[in-house]
Amino acid sequence: MNLEILGITVLWTFLFGYIMVGAIDFGAGFFNAYSLITGKQRVLTKVIQRYLSPVWEITNVFLVFFFVGIIGFFPKTAFYYGTTLLVPVSFGVILLAIRGSYYAFETYGSRGHKGYSFMYGLAGLLIPASLSIVLTISEGGFIELVDGNPVLDYWKLFTSPLTWSIVVLSLSATLYISAVFLTWYANKARDVEAAGLLRRYALTWSFPTMIAAGGIIYELRKYQPEHFSNIQNFWPMFLISFLLFVGTVFLLYTKRQYGWAFTMLAGQFAFAFYGYGASHYPYLLYPYLTIYDSFTNPAMAISLIVVFILGLCLLIPSLILVMRLFLFDKDYVRGKGDYHA
Amino acid sequence: MGNEEAVFFSRVLTETTLSFHIIYATIGVGVPLMIMIAQWVGIRKNDEHYILLARRWARGFVITVAVGVVTGTAIGLQLSLLWPNFMELAGNVIALPLFMETFAFFFEAIFLGIYLYTWDRFENQKKHLLLLIPVALGAAFSAVFITIVNAFMNAPRGFDIVNGELVNISPLLAMFNPAMPTKVAHVVVTAFMTAAFVLAAIAAFRLLRGSDHVYHKKALFLTMKLGFIFSIGAAIIGDFSGKYLAEYQPEKLAAAEWHFETTDKAELILMGVLTEDNEVKYALKIPYGLSILAANNPFAEVTGLDQFPEDEVPPLYIHYLFNLMVFIGMWMAFLSAVFLLGKWRGWMFIASKWFCWLIVLGGPLSILAIEFGWWFAEVGRQPWILRDIMKVSEAATTSGQVDMMLILFCLLYLVLGVGSVVVLRRMFRRNPVEKELEDRHAMKGRDVR
Repeated sequence: MNLEILGITVLWTFLFGYIMVGAIDFGAGFFNAYSLITGKQRVLTKVIQRYLSPVWEITNVFLVFFFVGIIGFFPKTAFYYGTTLLVPVSFGVILLAIRGSYYAFETYGSRGHKGYSFMYGLAGLLIPASLSIVLTISEGGFIELVDGNPVLDYWKLFTSPLTWSIVVLSLSATLYISAVFLTWYANKARDVEAAGLLRRYALTWSFPTMIAAGGIIYELRKYQPEHFSNIQNFWPMFLISFLLFVGTVFLLYTKRQYGWAFTMLAGQFAFAFYGYGASHYPYLLYPYLTIYDSFTNPAMAISLIVVFILGLCLLIPSLILVMRLFLFDKDYVRGKGDYHA
Repeated sequence: MGNEEAVFFSRVLTETTLSFHIIYATIGVGVPLMIMIAQWVGIRKNDEHYILLARRWARGFVITVAVGVVTGTAIGLQLSLLWPNFMELAGNVIALPLFMETFAFFFEAIFLGIYLYTWDRFENQKKHLLLLIPVALGAAFSAVFITIVNAFMNAPRGFDIVNGELVNISPLLAMFNPAMPTKVAHVVVTAFMTAAFVLAAIAAFRLLRGSDHVYHKKALFLTMKLGFIFSIGAAIIGDFSGKYLAEYQPEKLAAAEWHFETTDKAELILMGVLTEDNEVKYALKIPYGLSILAANNPFAEVTGLDQFPEDEVPPLYIHYLFNLMVFIGMWMAFLSAVFLLGKWRGWMFIASKWFCWLIVLGGPLSILAIEFGWWFAEVGRQPWILRDIMKVSEAATTSGQVDMMLILFCLLYLVLGVGSVVVLRRMFRRNPVEKELEDRHAMKGRDVR
């Protein structure tokens, strides 16, 4: 394995981490808002708040890590993506900012304005939609070089079915991941009512997710045949992903082993995500940028990797501590102790 | 939109974001240490007031940290979105501290979450205090790493450019550039100083608004002590920064001091105005002052602006930014010294209304000094984004939508700024310290009033 592949694997892993924890967070915000409309707030809010409270800031870090890392390992991406993504990423940042800060304002400051909860839930759906556009753009064809400067063709981007199928996938996957996780979490909290409701949401969003994912592959065949044929080379990964999907749905349907259901869901997304990433190789941006011609110098690459390993030695024990205190601590999850400052 | 406009709006947007972010970032770096000290004093003296002080500061801190995190994410992305050509080069040479910063931030975020949700969960209070150490360390190291990147922009090292290619890259040399020691020390110590004076201002304000609870008096005394110590530190490091500038960025020092001709026995010019042919009027001049600041020697020669081509001289208004920053720093050191002396000698006037108002004023003034300092640092590097290597005008994006983004981000900062103030005020007004002490008294069944 060379440094280029090592670098992109590390970054891809953090992006995967962000997608998982971000989806749980964004989906939870949406379900919370939705429960206000349907009058089921009483059932859901407590469980959702309990999970979200100590971890909201950590979610954000995964994203920061990804974009700082990609500039470090692949500095040329700054030129191509930095120039063209001004508008979509700025929208994403503004939504993240409003959502993140108002979460803190609401949780620690004062409680309870309905309009705010709706905004919070809606922002959570718009963020994956606006950030997922980056994946569409990476398929190529939306960026042209004009006088040596990359320019994004908005009209083409927003009229492309590929764009919209990726947006749909990002939305349904967000809700699906979140619902499965929260089913498990509510079950651990012995909140039967909430777990039952969330299980229904999970089942509702499972098939749309699969259909949207299939739609993307279909669109790619027309749009980017090169990538499509690469995907076929990785068919075992996508098959495993599909089998895990079937497993999750089966467990949810038969109301068994929610912990395993979530584990299999994480596996499903991991296989699909890494399969997609591997088939994208070696391009970061079709056809301008590969991981080889955009890679940083060896001195920087090695020092980044050393720092990364040292950093992990610090982070992994800390993350385990968080999980033991909040995620796997029975008293905390069931809401027996409230030790907030 | 022509490229000149894109450069202009990119500059305005970056300046707006940084000016807004730095308020929350400074508080974010400084306050964890204050919380830690208060809690430590509380445990040692077994004094519930200090513990509660730490707890209430921690609650307020969450709000500021939230805004700091999201605006920090914004500036992190804006660097690539607005200055792609700069980041392409920077990514090759100075990506390491940026990467390290994410780890520091990660570390801080994790332990802040744990700290906030484990009040009274541990039998042993000291265990809870231990959780704050990574928070304070993470916050301080975030500042260290980011400031290293800024230092690199002022004194780029650790690479060579041969035929337009970057060669001989050494990430560590780039990090430990000549600007780094003074700049990092200055940023960190002034963050502590500002945090202390902002918290002192809050305590003084409560005392003015009718509460003469001993809790606020303890808070005021503690923060003024800390503020004094850090302001002395800031003054000493500031002196070293002057010497750094004289040696490595003489044009910045000369522009800040309106020092036009290279001379020995240079005088220090305070305030004043410039006439059209660069004559200084109405200024207070300290003989030998600049030579002493630059080299610790009243007869030393100080390079003037005559040594630099006109298009490489920063705008001369930075003189005011520099002066105002220094004045505020000196004033706060003096004010806190008088307060401490007064406590020691029993001077009555330090408890008077007008003196309290001066302390209250010190909070916003300290924040202003931070702003002046950063504007000075950034404008004083013009026209360069990377000194002697890349100009700001060459670094900016070619995108045509920067003006629209500027409007959106201004609205965002307005919402966040107003929101954070409203929430903080409401949070403490609904739960005044007297009430909270009563509650804790009732809960613990012993006298904590």
